Amino acid sequence: MAGFFVGAYEHPARLATDKSAPMLHAEVAAGALADAALTLADVDGYFCAGDSPGVGPLSIVEYLGINPRYVDSTDIGGSSPVLHVAKAAQAIEMGLCDVALVTLAGRPRAEGDRPGGQVQLTTFPENEFELPYGPYLAASYALAARRHMHEYGTTSEQLAWIKVAISQHAQHNPHARLPKPVTVEEVLASPMVADPLHRLDCCVISDGGGAVVLAREEIARSLKRPLVKLRGAGHAIGYQRGFEMDITRTAGIASGQAAYAQAGLTPADIQYLSTYDSFTVTVLFAIEDLGFCAKGEGGRFVADNGLLSGVGRLPVNTDGGGLCSNHPAHRGGMTKVIETVRQLRGEAHPAVQVPNCTLAMSHGTGGVLGQRHGCATAILERVA
Amino acid sequence: MTEFAGDPNFPENREYWEAVAHERLLIKRCVSCEKPHYYPRAYCPFCGGETQWEESKGKGEIYSYTVVRVGAEPYCPAYVTLDEGPTMIAVMVECDFDRLAVGDRVRVVFRRSARDGRMLPMFTPSAD
Ligand SMILES: [Zn+2]
Repeated sequence: MAGFFVGAYEHPARLATDKSAPMLHAEVAAGALADAALTLADVDGYFCAGDSPGVGPLSIVEYLGINPRYVDSTDIGGSSPVLHVAKAAQAIEMGLCDVALVTLAGRPRAEGDRPGGQVQLTTFPENEFELPYGPYLAASYALAARRHMHEYGTTSEQLAWIKVAISQHAQHNPHARLPKPVTVEEVLASPMVADPLHRLDCCVISDGGGAVVLAREEIARSLKRPLVKLRGAGHAIGYQRGFEMDITRTAGIASGQAAYAQAGLTPADIQYLSTYDSFTVTVLFAIEDLGFCAKGEGGRFVADNGLLSGVGRLPVNTDGGGLCSNHPAHRGGMTKVIETVRQLRGEAHPAVQVPNCTLAMSHGTGGVLGQRHGCATAILERVA
Repeated sequence: MTEFAGDPNFPENREYWEAVAHERLLIKRCVSCEKPHYYPRAYCPFCGGETQWEESKGKGEIYSYTVVRVGAEPYCPAYVTLDEGPTMIAVMVECDFDRLAVGDRVRVVFRRSARDGRMLPMFTPSAD
């Protein structure tokens, strides 16, 4: 594919009391363009999701003062930025743009969002049959986790190991919301939010955002940054129809297979994984569905520091992820892409950097696991 | 229980809510492929065929459940697989949440919403 990652920037803020969401979009755009040694005037493709202020991309394009000849604001939930980088690469490949900017930003923490918040729009077709029962976000993930435990014997201790490994990574990130490593015992002793998920099984609420810039190969080679390209991508929508239920499998199976097929790779080729960690169980499902282990084996895979960089079989979320570092705008897709780029450039923290990292994956599970959700998978490669 | 929105507002679902008000649970089944589904839709999510309401006996088993422990008092969202086939989201009531298990037999009961007094199907453990 023709899309090269030439800029990446994560906003350092985790609480942005004095900055609006558009201002945060502008700051992450400037940061990613500075990283690429490009300017807003170079941008001719722009991507954001439905959470960005205004109708689709309209307001932020105006706010930034850019003149894109290609825009896309497809929204499949918090995984949208992972989809957007694939769409940007496709647009570049088709000659629809040369320099694509993808932004995500928001300030739910400054706006007072608390765990348990729930979107209540009467136009969603499922709402009148679901909302009266209060299956808010953590509860929905808990329903999926409980079923996984029932079918495969997965335990709360195994889920806790996911948080433990990612918290070990977070201690090296000076911007992490929760930089202190935690133990399995501490996860299990944290208050139960929705059985079997504890408070420490849940991601943080944070402000901020991030942006990436993709460009065509000639432009990328003219810039000074290490060369990272999109090797393959896929996306899929998962949902339930209430018959022959299976909430232990996600659309990540399809999005992962599509990405592997396009890249000509298998799970064994992937040296690093950034994966959506809205809850610990979100990571467990992704690792199985992306083929790093068989369905039902995820608990054993993640246990005993299975995801700890330098120790486990698959280093995951070396920036501290959403579980410990950052979940801006309640959406983890952008930070997943950014840490993948850092790893491939060799710019992750030395304590968590994967040696000679040349193939890495970003994966997002947006929407609600076990209900309607959107998965996007991207395989990135460091090239010479 | 905790208050939530989700007022009935789609005209094609009126029959469902009228039945619930009379303590009857309806499900939707496809006229063409005969599969049931949930949540109820005017067209079958398996084949696109037209669907019709049928009355459920209101018996089934727990597919999954959770106890939400944030907020004023705990409540128990659950997926219940009805004997007719579809799995619906609801809440468990009038039971010890800590003694529930996946696979437990349950039956429908109709209780008023704490928010607006509207009748809602809920589930409680059942001997059969
Ligand atoms: Zn049908």
